[in-house]
Amino acid sequence: MNMREMIDPERVLIRDSTDIVRARAVARQVANQIGFTLADQTRLATAVSELTRNIVQYAGEGVCEIADASGEEEIRLRIIVEDNGPGIDDIDRAMKDGYSTGGGLGVGLPGTRRLMDDFAIESSPGCTRVSIALVRRRV
Amino acid sequence: MIIPILRLGKILLTSIQQELTDADVLQLQSDLLRKVSEIEALGVIIDITALEVVDSFMARVINDTAGMARLLGAEIVICGVQPYVAMSLVEMGRDLIGADCVFNLDQGLKLLEARIAVRGDAILSLEGDEYARNDRP
Repeated sequence: MNMREMIDPERVLIRDSTDIVRARAVARQVANQIGFTLADQTRLATAVSELTRNIVQYAGEGVCEIADASGEEEIRLRIIVEDNGPGIDDIDRAMKDGYSTGGGLGVGLPGTRRLMDDFAIESSPGCTRVSIALVRRRV
Repeated sequence: MIIPILRLGKILLTSIQQELTDADVLQLQSDLLRKVSEIEALGVIIDITALEVVDSFMARVINDTAGMARLLGAEIVICGVQPYVAMSLVEMGRDLIGADCVFNLDQGLKLLEARIAVRGDAILSLEGDEYARNDRP
């Protein structure tokens, strides 16, 4: 735990599809402030878009927390997307390309994992939590 | 939000100038298809130069719209995908955008013109702004 982690994270409440746009704008803005390149800002905004859309589509309501978790050697943006929806029945399947229970392309979760450096997901009925991070060495 | 759809003879042109919600994207899709059918458009150009994020949902709607427009009888081309958008889309998964893409409007019009010429059922003359169905027996 370093000092920077003490800084209050941005929390965006996710309720409908306008919140998706808001959450990815916040992610881009924070990423920009802590020195991520445009390419990485776009990766982060895209990942946030995928994860928050899952909330709108499957859970109805949730929270997207965006935090600067940078250290001395690296810049790190950590994002936690959480909801109290029905949960994901089969996480292994949900992480496979092309699998979707909601009529989507089935690329949201596996695609997000490919865009990010860290990706963790835990889900049970009543609580789904996806934690992602992008990390770059300071130059 | 209403996204303007411009008409250039038998070509429809729409340019997405700001981040859209899912509802806006679907609205644009249905507006565009209605217009294609209404004027029997031969071609459609969707300009996404200003879009900084294209996620899998947006990509799907763009692809679906292209497929739908083709079913009606129009050719469609996507214009101005940003480099970082391209990087993110390909990293997420291959083939997320299957429609034809070009750098700019100029190329978009030329590509549509070539497509329509190959089809052979209509002639698209961009120079005189004259568009005519080919009434060959």
